[in-house]
Amino acid sequence: MKIAIPMDDKTMEGDVCISFGRAPYFLFYDIETKDVVFIENSAATSQGGAGIKAAQMVVDNQVDALLTPRCGENAAEVLNAANVKIYKTSSASVQDNIAAFEEGTLPLLDEIHAGFHGHGGK
Amino acid sequence: MRIAVLSGKGGTGKTLVSVNLAAAAKKAVYIDCDVEEPNGHLFFKPEMIESEEVSIKIPYVDENLCTGCRTCVDFCKYNALAYIANKLHVFEEVCHSCGGCVLLCPENALSEKNKSIGIVQKGVSEDVKVLTGILNPGEASGIPIIKKLLDDMEDMKEDNSLTFIDCPPGSACIVMESIKDADYCIMVAEPSLFGAHNLSMVYELIQLFKKPHGVVLNKCLTGENPSETFCNENGIKILATIPYTSELGTLNSNALIAVRVQETYRDLFSSLLQTLRKEMRHETALDS
Repeated sequence: MKIAIPMDDKTMEGDVCISFGRAPYFLFYDIETKDVVFIENSAATSQGGAGIKAAQMVVDNQVDALLTPRCGENAAEVLNAANVKIYKTSSASVQDNIAAFEEGTLPLLDEIHAGFHGHGGK
Repeated sequence: MRIAVLSGKGGTGKTLVSVNLAAAAKKAVYIDCDVEEPNGHLFFKPEMIESEEVSIKIPYVDENLCTGCRTCVDFCKYNALAYIANKLHVFEEVCHSCGGCVLLCPENALSEKNKSIGIVQKGVSEDVKVLTGILNPGEASGIPIIKKLLDDMEDMKEDNSLTFIDCPPGSACIVMESIKDADYCIMVAEPSLFGAHNLSMVYELIQLFKKPHGVVLNKCLTGENPSETFCNENGIKILATIPYTSELGTLNSNALIAVRVQETYRDLFSSLLQTLRKEMRHETALDS
């Protein structure tokens, strides 16, 4: 099983990023093999629709679950269409969240925010 | 001549100034570009209303032709498209209607469909032609409606008649669109520090567009007026001063046009109109 986490830094000691779409990096972690891969989030500098592009990247990396503090509605639509489950992180520590996920104590993210789109103008 | 009326925040008196100027000019065109909450029509109560729908183009996919090549997904810089589980998803509210995805699709799987985002209403109130843009709630941008209003304005203009453009508040893209074809800009400002700050924001915008301009100080009381100080410090022409009176407030709350019901205000706005004509003649003379 593979999971994705938005990250502030590309290290396992780094913090979970408070933003999903505009996180600088994504951690892709394989629960079985313990494989760790950090990928730069090319959506972070998008003019708009960062959540959509970031979600596309998460989906393209064939993950089963996303662990994130927050998620916008467009990103959630992409993730749901690909059957990626969205869990809510409980602290800034990556390790703690992975441990909680493996124990099955991490809750599903039930609050999807309406996003900040439409403010960029045309 | 096209005169745009703008301010850095809502509630300073853009509608009061533009509605009353159009009414004082008698034969005029009034255009409400504040498409998110147009209210000029509440004062004019226009008759013989004609409505026209405004729509934008949104891509539409023929799933039988789409091969999932993602040319469109990679092209869209607003990320309005995603390709998930062998299916193209279009995020309509993120789309900026550029049409690029349709042009680039190698399979011709994308075409455009119309999406209605609001209406433009035209009517008359005495000798004033009233144009109102109304954006549907929840739509991301009113700019296509403003473009339609300004296109229609070109068709309606008559010799020597004045057009007043009631702008949305602020200094964002939607305001730039509203003032870009204006010959003159009136900034309306409140007598407070906050008012002066908002004035400085629109002043910056107007300078960027190199528009001839002046200020109307609204809601004036005795005592210090930071907006007036700002005008004096920057050498901005003060076109008129409107007092803060309960009489004007009452007229406004009853959706009455002060110029049409009270001589005091008829005089005030006629005099503002004269100042404005003089200013604009001066600007035209400078240009030639």
